[in-house]
Amino acid sequence: MPEMTIASSIRRRAPISRPLAIGSFLLAIFAAISLCGPAIAPYDPTAQDLLALLAPPSGAHWFGTDELGRDILSRVLVGTRITMMIALVPVLLAGIAGVALGLVSGYFAGALDRIVTGFVDLLMTIPGMVLAIAIVAIVGANAVGLIVAITLSSIPSLARLIRGRVRELREEDYVSAAISVGMSRARVLLRHVLPNAASVILIQLSLLAGQAVLIASALGFLGLGVQPPAPEWGAMLGTGRQYIEVAPHVIVAPGIAIALLVLAFNMLGDGLRDRFDPNLMR
Amino acid sequence: MPRGLLARLAMIPLIVFGVVTILFLIFKAVPGDEATMVAGATATQAEIDNVRVQLGLDRPLMAQYLGHVAGLAHGDFGYSTTFRGNPLPYILARLPATLLLTASAIALTILVGIPAGVGAASLQNRWPDLAISGVVVAFLAVPNFWLGMMLIAVFSVGLHWLPSFGLHGPASLVMPTLALAARLIAIIARLTRGLVIEEMRKDYVRTARAKGLSMRQALWRHVLRNALIPAITAIGLEAGYLLGGSVVIERLFAWPGIGDLLLNAIGNRDYTLVQGITVLFVLGFLLINMIVDFLFVLVNPRLRHA
Repeated sequence: MPEMTIASSIRRRAPISRPLAIGSFLLAIFAAISLCGPAIAPYDPTAQDLLALLAPPSGAHWFGTDELGRDILSRVLVGTRITMMIALVPVLLAGIAGVALGLVSGYFAGALDRIVTGFVDLLMTIPGMVLAIAIVAIVGANAVGLIVAITLSSIPSLARLIRGRVRELREEDYVSAAISVGMSRARVLLRHVLPNAASVILIQLSLLAGQAVLIASALGFLGLGVQPPAPEWGAMLGTGRQYIEVAPHVIVAPGIAIALLVLAFNMLGDGLRDRFDPNLMR
Repeated sequence: MPRGLLARLAMIPLIVFGVVTILFLIFKAVPGDEATMVAGATATQAEIDNVRVQLGLDRPLMAQYLGHVAGLAHGDFGYSTTFRGNPLPYILARLPATLLLTASAIALTILVGIPAGVGAASLQNRWPDLAISGVVVAFLAVPNFWLGMMLIAVFSVGLHWLPSFGLHGPASLVMPTLALAARLIAIIARLTRGLVIEEMRKDYVRTARAKGLSMRQALWRHVLRNALIPAITAIGLEAGYLLGGSVVIERLFAWPGIGDLLLNAIGNRDYTLVQGITVLFVLGFLLINMIVDFLFVLVNPRLRHA
């Protein structure tokens, strides 16, 4: 097999499936909103209107107003950027750490592998949400705490997955061939092993981004994430909880936004899986 | 009992020991003086020093660690500021509510998720299959706590059918169970569908059909036994989601379990209690997986004499 770059391993294969198309389309919309949310929001997301507290949906306020009379649609639009950041930054960081750990521990079997695997297995026994809550409790209930918590709780599963894939690849003929012609280990890892593991990594990162949105919003809901008055969707739901009895409309828009964003990442992940990994197609 | 199962049983104390060590190190790294926190904001320096000696916080880290592990082994979880002493009895008092919630979520998953997956597989690409797949995609995207809030809005606020908080009788179990189990139902239904379809393509199904069995008979007599084993195992693997999700669901429904207690402990910066509850969550995770492994051997004759 010729040397591959990561890009060429992704470029091959057939037409775009429906989940892939829907996922990419939704994500493009979310990306656009997170870039120009403040510009397209009909109201200032922090502007209070004391004459329209908890107003139900109307022509002026499509999704109604919250307990301080703020326009919910505007808050959801402006909050998109926060959630996208909190989903993507940890996934990127966890991706780097998980790839490094997985590659090293999968390729260099032995003592190092046993230590990494043992540690990862231990962390996997702590439920992800509980681990995230504990980390936020230590680092702090803010965006930084969230990012640290989601990063750390995403690394174990990713490292384990990549390690497994690398161990499979290590047995491939082209890897032994590369070693036998005197290619350095680092070069084999970067030129042969990593590109062939890239699709698995991409699929998992996309699904992890969906998980990150769920964890971030749950922590926000619990009051352990981004703090009000920032228009973070989970925090909006946490505050809205108290007003379900009198104004159930306050919980509708933020929940739909979370579900759509998670759906987008899930679709992207499933679509990528169908495309690159026909064996796993269900 | 096969050796593999015994070996995994023997691993549990080791794993718990490892987790206890990691948690100890993490929480020792938390900034702030423990003795000051325990003594309270109004304490004098002498009182703080007194607390430090009493709790053994003046000892070297290694001695504290050994004391901590020895204490845990004897059921002493340390000094909790919330309960002014060993929190274990209070944690145990809260445990049944959490067990009830997670057990009923698992039961609902088995009762709904597996039949949905089998149904979708046997009506592949017809409308019931597409409908089930649609629900699966939706359940995987919806946050569990939001689903819970929507249920409250409809069934408590709107229709007055179900209580929106607390644990008072079977009716109060309905919405928390639904909210917690939805994601797991989706995962298991999707997996079961795939497993059944895969199994239907195998040679023994063709043989059974050649012998004159109908598709339905082949499904019930042969396919399900083989397809359901991995589906049951997957429930064990998702136990982490179930336990973590219960924390959020318990808070939403004011459910008197250990997840709710964990959030209170974090609010009060009671790290002894946080560590104790986390260890119990890990134990719960390991036990659920043990039970699943045991069932796995029980229903799979190929492993019984291994």
